Order: sequence, then C-alpha cells, then structure tokens
Amino acid sequence: MTVAPKREDYDVVVIGAGPAGLAAAATSAEAGLSTLLLDENIGPGGQVFRAISSTPVTERNQLGADYWVGADLVQSLRASGAEVIQRAIVWSLDRNLDIAVSIGGASAFVKAKRVILATGALERPFPIPGWTLPGVMTAGAAQTMLKSSGLVPDGRTVIAGQGPLLWLLAAQILRLGGRIDRILDTTQRGNYFAALPHAFAFLTSPYFAKGLSMMREVKAKVQVVSGVTELAASGDGQLASVSYVAGGKRETIPADLLLLHQGVVPNVNLAMSAGIEHRWDDLQLCWSPVLDASGNSSVAGIAIAGDGAGIGGANAAVVRGRIAARAAVEALAPAAAAKLPAMATLRSDLAKAERGRVFLDTLFRPAPQFRIPSGDTIVCRCEEVTAKDVLDSVAIGATGPNQLKAYRRTGMGPCQGRLCGLTVTELMAQARGKTPQEIGYYRLRAPVKPITLAELAAVPKSEADIKAVVRG
Amino acid sequence: MFRRSEQDKRPEVQIFVDGVAVAARQGDTVSAALLASGVDARRSTAVSGAPRLPYCMMGVCFDCLVTIDGVGNRQGCLVPVAEGMRIEIQKGKREIGK
Repeated sequence: MTVAPKREDYDVVVIGAGPAGLAAAATSAEAGLSTLLLDENIGPGGQVFRAISSTPVTERNQLGADYWVGADLVQSLRASGAEVIQRAIVWSLDRNLDIAVSIGGASAFVKAKRVILATGALERPFPIPGWTLPGVMTAGAAQTMLKSSGLVPDGRTVIAGQGPLLWLLAAQILRLGGRIDRILDTTQRGNYFAALPHAFAFLTSPYFAKGLSMMREVKAKVQVVSGVTELAASGDGQLASVSYVAGGKRETIPADLLLLHQGVVPNVNLAMSAGIEHRWDDLQLCWSPVLDASGNSSVAGIAIAGDGAGIGGANAAVVRGRIAARAAVEALAPAAAAKLPAMATLRSDLAKAERGRVFLDTLFRPAPQFRIPSGDTIVCRCEEVTAKDVLDSVAIGATGPNQLKAYRRTGMGPCQGRLCGLTVTELMAQARGKTPQEIGYYRLRAPVKPITLAELAAVPKSEADIKAVVRG
Repeated sequence: MFRRSEQDKRPEVQIFVDGVAVAARQGDTVSAALLASGVDARRSTAVSGAPRLPYCMMGVCFDCLVTIDGVGNRQGCLVPVAEGMRIEIQKGKREIGK
C-alpha cells in the first residue's frame, strides 16, 4: 500500500514518530497547523514505544507502565488530525526545508515552513573482538523483537555492557520467561565516585526507585558479574563463546547469543546532512546539535527534539517535542499559541524530566577500551575495516574521518557511518593527539538512506530539469 | 536463538525463505520472522563473504540486508511480512537486476 503525502506544502513536517515526534506532531496539529508526520517504522512509537499499537505482549506489567504511556501519546496524535505516514524513509532534507521521502518504492517531495527533526537515538557502537559474528546483537535489537513480536532469547544468553536499558531489557526478558545465563557489567568502578556529586538530583528523580527495583528483580534470578574490563566474542561463523576479564581474572563461557549495550547516542545523519552544526559532547561522548532553548538549530526553520537533541530519555523527549512544536506555532500562528501550555510551564517540565541525567551520564560513561578498539577488531562493519587499518592510514597521512574514506572506505557502506562514526573519530583523535572536536565527523550528504537509481530516475522532472543536463 | 511468547495470538503468515515455506506471524518484520524461524538466515558480506545476521533491528546497521520479492538490499528489519512473500538470503553483493 502506497500512501503519498496529501499536499506538497505543510506548515510543519515532523520526522520520526517516537516520543518527541508524537508529541510535536500532536501539538502542532491541535493548534491548527497543517502537519505531516513521517516515520520509517511499521507503526508509531519509535524505539521506546515500539509496536505500541500492535504488540502481542498484552500482559501490561511485563513491558511496564512507562511503556504504555506511549498509547496515550498515539491517541493524542490520532485525535489531533495530523497526517501520519508510516514506512516513509526520509532521504533528503536541505536548508530550503525541501524534504524527499521514499514511500513504497516511490519518492515524493514536500516543503515545510518548519521542520521538527525527531530522529532519536541509536545504540553506541560496541566494537569488541567478534562483534560482527552472527549471534551478537544489541540489547536494543532484542528489545525490539520482544516488543514487536513477543520474541525472547531461549539459547545460552549473555548480556554485556551498562546503562538503564540493559537492566530494563533483562527484566522484560525474564518476565516473558526468556533465558539469561549471565550479565557482564562493564561500568567502570571509578565512575561511581565521579557520579557521587550528582547523586542528590538522581536520588530525588523517579529513575532512582524504578532503577533500583529493576536491578533487584534481575539480580535475584541471574548471575551478575561486575567490574568487567575486557570482553570478546568468538566462534567460527557463529557465536560460540564469550570471554571476559573481571577483577583481573579471565573467564570464557559458552554462548549462543550475546547482547551488547553501552548507552545511546543521537542519530545525527539527517540533521548533519541538512548542514546543522553539531559539537562534540565531552560528557555524553557523542555529537550533539547546537540548539537554542526551543530546540532551534543553526539552520533557520529546523528544530530538533528528543534524543537527537542530546540524550535525555523518553520523558524529556516528549517535553522537547512540545517545546519545539509550540515554538513553531508561535512563529506561524501566534494567536493559536495562547491555547497551548505556556513555554515557562514546558521548560519547568523539561527541567524535571532531565533531573538526574548528569548522574546517569557520569556513572554510565563507557570505558575507553570499549569505545576505542585496537588490532584486528572491526571498526567499520560495512567495509570490514579494522582498528589497525585505521591506525595504519593515520600513520601514512590520513588526518580525519573524511580523508580516511579515500584510504579505507570507512563510513561509505550502506550504514553511512552510523555504526563506525564515533569509533573512527575517537580512534583518530587518540592516534593524532587531538580532541574529537578537532578531528570532526564524516561529511554527510543526501541520500541519507540508500534508494535505487530507478527510484531517482522515476522522479517527475520539468523541461528545465532536463535542459539542465542534456547537451546538444 | 529466540522463541515466541505463548501470549502471542497473532495470526500466522506463510512466507518462503529460499523456496522453503516458513511460518511467520502478522506484524513480524522479515528479520524477526527469520530469526524466530530457526532457519539459517546468515547472509554473507559483499567485502569478505563473512557471515552476518541482523545486529540492530532498528534500521541503522544494514546487516539485515535481504532480497525480498526479487528486490535486493532491502532492510529486512523495516519490512513487514506478507502472505506468500519470497525471501532470498543474500550472499555477497546485490546482484544486477535484483
């Protein structure tokens, strides 16, 4: 089924139907602005509320109350009158706010007066030896399958890494009767001390009690090894074992499935390709867009809301979505803005939702050895480029990620750097004694998702378009 | 590697993986259906031929690339299954004409 956008021009186009996008589109449409929400998944929800309208996991306590909040957001969206297109792959956004989107194998073009990017986050690369083996996946991947298809691990399963999502996933797998053999916690011991000064804000945030009870629930059923300082997956064409070092002692355990997670980072591809300025965030160890208090980026008319604006979690994402949408309403239909919650109220909601974040960021700051690999460990999964390959290229003159493309094709495969970009930046920065900000990132350009030449060729063209390229 | 929860009451959908009938469920993505089926769904990479399975399941890693109804290099994790859908496990590069 192909559903093209109903119009060519919209007041507001929101990209991404996760917490921020759902809230932004509903707010904008409720205020009377013509609003289009484009999302690449089968249904709305993004990652946090994935499959919220279709999950086969009907026992509500298994996914938890925080998940079902998403159903209310979808209901508000439906009631708002916003136009929503699922399975819509946005492959271009430029400074003129022209958007190209692939729907059912055909491209459509729309123009917006304001764009709200809500493209969210992806899991930070976890480049350990063997991370490309079949049987090694991200924790988020397992959670996606659990929510959308009710699938749980049933072989020998190891979960490794750190951060809130890891414990939530473990609890959900256990509640659905899945199997977890061991959890390998890679949180650095020193982080506990570093995070201590920020503990008060966290202790008084809702995350504290929830997180603690979830960890208790999991630890009662699964062996948890903390202080893991080395991690490797091995097997011949398929994961067979996981080896790790904890407290100076190495251990190897047989495994069919290894789920990795060390936090999430903004998904920057579309924003960067639109020319939006990003800066290296030294605490979150990722690129974050430069935004004002309403989420407006360095490109006029484009705002960013949700985790794509810097990791803040689902509650913060919802509020950021409302703030960005309110700012759009203020600009395009000031009279309608009076009906929306006041900006001051929204900003205080945001401060509340972001409470405790610095503590989490500091505690779960991933260790250098899990971010910056060495030797034969693959950095770029698509082009199969190792850490040694990158360092060899630096030794003969590659200065940054964009030069490295010419040497090794890193970031030029289908994932367009999503799974190697941060690793390449940090690895090259370390090798060259520079900061990640100085080293920079891949120069991203449309199309940010692969589309076929046939689809491009089928795009409607004017006489002038043809004249511009035909000779004689 | 994975099994289905008993509370999953979604109707079955039949797909074909390299010509063999496989039972999926309505609402599964192609990648989820392959991982749940127990069939060897490992593709091989275009560069070295190394075996791979889906890694992220959310559209960013492209390790789920698969041929669906004759079209190569589709992201299996973003495409829902449909009755009679024909899946081919992609070995190496996408073929010209697919």
